[in-house]
Amino acid sequence: MVRGVGALLLGLACVAVPAQERSLPAGALRSGSTYLSPELRAMQEDGFANPGMLWVEKGAKLWGVRAGADGRSCADCHGDARASMRGVAARYPAFDRAANRLLDLEGRINQCRAERQRAAPFAFESEELLGLTAHVASQSRGLPLKVAVDGPAAPHFARGRMLFERRIGQMNLACLHCHEWNAGRRLLAETISQGHPNAYPIYRLEWQSAGSLQRRLRACYSGVRAELPAYNSADLLDLSLFLAWRAEGLAIETPGVRR
Amino acid sequence: MADARVQVPAQVRRGESFEVKILIRHAMETGYRLTDEGKPIARNVIRELTCRYNGVLVFRAEPSSGIAANPLFTFFVTAGDSGELVFEWVDDAGARASERASVTVAP
Amino acid sequence: MPLLPLRALAQAEPEVAAMKAFVGNRPVRAGRLVLDIPRIADNGNVVPVRIALPGPFAPGAEVRSIHLFSEKNPVPQMAVFHFPAPVAKVEVESRVRLAGTQRIAAVATLADGTLHAATADVVVTISACIDGS
Ligand code: HEC
Ligand code: HEC
Repeated sequence: MVRGVGALLLGLACVAVPAQERSLPAGALRSGSTYLSPELRAMQEDGFANPGMLWVEKGAKLWGVRAGADGRSCADCHGDARASMRGVAARYPAFDRAANRLLDLEGRINQCRAERQRAAPFAFESEELLGLTAHVASQSRGLPLKVAVDGPAAPHFARGRMLFERRIGQMNLACLHCHEWNAGRRLLAETISQGHPNAYPIYRLEWQSAGSLQRRLRACYSGVRAELPAYNSADLLDLSLFLAWRAEGLAIETPGVRR
Repeated sequence: MADARVQVPAQVRRGESFEVKILIRHAMETGYRLTDEGKPIARNVIRELTCRYNGVLVFRAEPSSGIAANPLFTFFVTAGDSGELVFEWVDDAGARASERASVTVAP
Repeated sequence: MPLLPLRALAQAEPEVAAMKAFVGNRPVRAGRLVLDIPRIADNGNVVPVRIALPGPFAPGAEVRSIHLFSEKNPVPQMAVFHFPAPVAKVEVESRVRLAGTQRIAAVATLADGTLHAATADVVVTISACIDGS
């Protein structure tokens, strides 16, 4: 099970095509929602009372709001999100050739906001960005995650895997130690899941609010007493790409509900 | 801007009890939390929610900080005439909001 | 780490003081009011609760209000639900905050003054403090 971190770093140095071997085979993948209590699972599955739906609905309203120098809405260019955004979230994070960088769904939306609408980008974790992301991602509900990790995405993928396996923080633990070796076990009052990104943005009871995958990842860094990577940092984006690849085939469940 | 979701059945029969659900976006700030700088955040919860059915008050809730953020309320109403359900709520800061839903009653 | 704080489970029969204060020395009926709440709550911030009083209700004995009390919250009266117009079906759902493992109580007041009460014990699992978010 222990994959040599040194070997990985070496692989990185040579910019080799990353070995895409899976430690979690497709048949062993379990969505985070399967670790929830029956009450929380019911809350997630309740299409009306899932509190995350407040954000989805907010995003749906914003979709039609004109903004920016050209006074255009998302709908003016993309039409009905149910058609145009179906399946989009399943492909993110993705390398954007025009911007020459890796973008997660939030980043992609903000790019349209800045470049297509010519409006000020939304702040991270703002109600607007969470709302639009939840609205766009929920159009892919039920569709399997499948991100591209080849071509220009390859180095990001390799770095994401390296970060997943690297020990960090005062607790000196890697993502891998909790989310692969100890998935299903209890950590205080939490059940550790396999750590998949397929339900984001989520509504988290602890936050009493919706939140992004990046916020969740920062919470894990904080949990092991490691320095928090900044929002939109290369670390969080590369990790997100690796997580999406690792969860390949899992159906999107946005908006998830978590403890 | 009212930030809420309301659900009522599209059609009900006269005399029947039908379920009404409302989910409101509100922090329901308890007054016990601190900002990152350690300053207390003032209590601000929805202190009253009313539901009128064709103008008649049919439900009223007085929540406190003991009701969760982004509160959900569900209750039953007896179907009379086709018409409108109007929800109104006010919080400690005096902010008022409302939402409505229509219901069609089959005889 | 065990899931249930055993010390909390072993606590003596708690009394919901706010309910006692509300009821005073009026007689209270038990057994008819339904108070549904998970025995173990995932997180004290959001705990689903359902209160129902099965009918039928005789004219003049309809449900007027339901009070919901907490034993340990800083504000013990969590909510009051009023039914200004008579309803045939009395069932409300909401989500409450609970400051720790405790007993909660609901009291339904009928138009003729009859009180129906129910209590339920909830174990609120501590939040994993590994998370500074
Ligand atoms: C002026 C037209 C325009 C507006 C306004 C606009 N977009 Fe876009 N958007 C595009 C174009 C063109 C593309 C695809 C080309 C590209 O990659 O830049 C795109 C791509 C996207 C993608 C990625 C789709 C994919 O298949 O990968 C998302 C998500 C998106 N937009 C969301 C939004 C949102 C949300 C808004 C409103 C905040 C918005 N867009 C506003 C023109 C627009
Ligand atoms: C000390 C153990 C621990 C470590 C180390 C850890 N996490 Fe977590 N993580 C948790 C717990 C506990 C949760 C909340 C329960 C759950 O969903 O797994 C969580 C949740 C998550 C989730 C959300 C899963 C969902 O379904 O909502 C993701 C994604 C995640 N972690 C990724 C990571 C990544 C990436 C790292 C490494 C940077 C990491 N975690 C490190 C304990 C840990």
